[in-house]
Amino acid sequence: MQQIRYLQALAEALHQEMLINQDVFVIGEDVRQSLRGITKGFFAEFGPDRVIDTPISESGFVGIASGAAIAGMRPVVEFQVSQFVFFAFDQLVDQVQKLRYMSGGKLNIPVTYIIPGSGARGGLAGQHSDHPYPYLLHGGMKVVIPSTPYDAKGLLVSAIREDDPVIVFAPIRLLAKKGDVPEEEYTIPLGVGEIKREGSDLTVVATGHLVGEALNLAQGLENDGISIEIFDPRTLLPLDKELLKKSISKTGRLVIFDDSNRTCGFAAEISAIVAEECFDSLKAPIKRITRADVPVPFSLPMEDYVLPNEEHLRNAIKIVLSY
Amino acid sequence: MFSGLTKELCIEFYKKMLLIRKFEEKVVEMVNINEIRGTTHEYMGEEAVAVGVCSALEPKDIITSTHRGHGHIIAKGGDVKYMMAELYGRIEGYNCGKGGSMHIADPNIGIFGANGIVGAGVPIAVGGALASKLRKTGQVAVAFYGDGGANQGVVHESMNMAAIWKLPVIFVCENNQYAVSTPFTYSSAIKKLSERAKAYGFAGFTIDGQDVKVVYEATKKAVEKARSSKGPTLLEFVTYRYAGHFTAEPVFGLNYRTQDEIDFWKSSKDPIAIWSKRLYEEGVWTQEEASKVDQCVENKISEAVEFARGGHWPKPEDALKDMYATEHNNIPSKGWF
Repeated sequence: MQQIRYLQALAEALHQEMLINQDVFVIGEDVRQSLRGITKGFFAEFGPDRVIDTPISESGFVGIASGAAIAGMRPVVEFQVSQFVFFAFDQLVDQVQKLRYMSGGKLNIPVTYIIPGSGARGGLAGQHSDHPYPYLLHGGMKVVIPSTPYDAKGLLVSAIREDDPVIVFAPIRLLAKKGDVPEEEYTIPLGVGEIKREGSDLTVVATGHLVGEALNLAQGLENDGISIEIFDPRTLLPLDKELLKKSISKTGRLVIFDDSNRTCGFAAEISAIVAEECFDSLKAPIKRITRADVPVPFSLPMEDYVLPNEEHLRNAIKIVLSY
Repeated sequence: MFSGLTKELCIEFYKKMLLIRKFEEKVVEMVNINEIRGTTHEYMGEEAVAVGVCSALEPKDIITSTHRGHGHIIAKGGDVKYMMAELYGRIEGYNCGKGGSMHIADPNIGIFGANGIVGAGVPIAVGGALASKLRKTGQVAVAFYGDGGANQGVVHESMNMAAIWKLPVIFVCENNQYAVSTPFTYSSAIKKLSERAKAYGFAGFTIDGQDVKVVYEATKKAVEKARSSKGPTLLEFVTYRYAGHFTAEPVFGLNYRTQDEIDFWKSSKDPIAIWSKRLYEEGVWTQEEASKVDQCVENKISEAVEFARGGHWPKPEDALKDMYATEHNNIPSKGWF
């Protein structure tokens, strides 16, 4: 099987969908040149009608994509930096995510948003380092965050084929990671999580690039006789609650490892679900390892300090296992 | 007879304007006795704009509307029965009672939604125009907005992109002179909002919005231009809303315009009275024909109210439907057990 990078896996998914479906087009800033690399070579192949560069007008082009989708097309909107969603917040949360519901199902809006390079990348400070998915989850938007090249390709294809708005976060720390990816097309359904590692003592729910970090740590802890199970939800909404609950019923212990803000973040939601619905299985309190609730600072020692890391995870696991 | 207009079209203009007026008079009555919940934003006084613009469109063409959308929906072919049922919150309504007055949508007749957020529908119309260009469907899109919406950033972004891509879209600015209580003369340093089109490289015109024929003819030209791939046009129609910003405004005690001003527009600039008078003067119709149309409109409104009253309440649990086209387990979440 071919070994390709996460970014190339996303590119393959988009490329295949553009070949299959004439209604799929990509729109965003600097997509002709492909600043981020997903659409490299697409302009030459598909031309200006299917690879549409926009002015710096996030709110406008998100709304335009919605209109094209209502008219029957299937736009893929690329955001160069995750924070740009804030500029388009009304269009994302109050328009695209609500219009189907508010129209009684009459307006279908199959748009995919992709953020190739979300999260902190070292030295870009507070306005280029967020993982703003909790805002969108709160608005009911389907959210995908693949943790491997294989998942990236299969999930992006599903996102594009989904008849609803879906936002795909591709963490910057994963873009260069290599992995096995079939050349042929395949899909990974939304709403289906995966146990990335079987274990019996404690469940770690990890998202995005933190899945790999959790796996590393779990490998090390195996030598100490600690058996960690890693659950990767892959899609944050819809969430594979059944698989999560199954894992908790097996291990009885939970640590959540997520790189979004703590307050009302994704980890808070997982924690609440497990506390409410799996209380009988729990042998210890739930712990969350998340970002600190501050903007990501510029200077390296401070940036490292506020982000979730393996050391934090190790401590949390120790505490939870001590009960 | 007017040049270029058939008798049927002349009467259709009148009929549609009157239908909008009578629909809203009835809606206000029903809001005031709480038979319709919430509040609505009346279009009365501006009917010539919606009817003139939409009469220049084909059924396949696209519009996006505003919070003050009843007129646009009726003019684009919306059925007052389903509109009234929507306002009554019944499942027979256009949107099964999920949206109400500010959110009527039916893409089958080109209505990509009225919208409760000022200016937010404008990029959606431009997106419809983009799809039309990419798929070569020949559709034209109209983005309705007002003198208030004209100052939203997303409207400017949309105009710029429509211009650089030469999209078949018409920006229809209904300048009714007040954004809630803020006069247009306060919020804009230029006297004609149509001048803003120049900044984006396309033509803009400021036009009397009380004369349906003038509105229709100006729109026709813009539609022809759009359909022949020559890009967008901005049409600013100067008009006036008779009622407050919304039905409940009188109880807020606002004092931003004079009764004299309102009376002036009602008595000398009313689009329906102007048009009706011209139809007599030009010999287009007789008193008898006019009465017939009036009766027909009255009947339609009575039927609409009857239809809405006889409609069914949605099941409470229908509130969890329609959120997603592709359904999955566990979503949407309920807020309880």
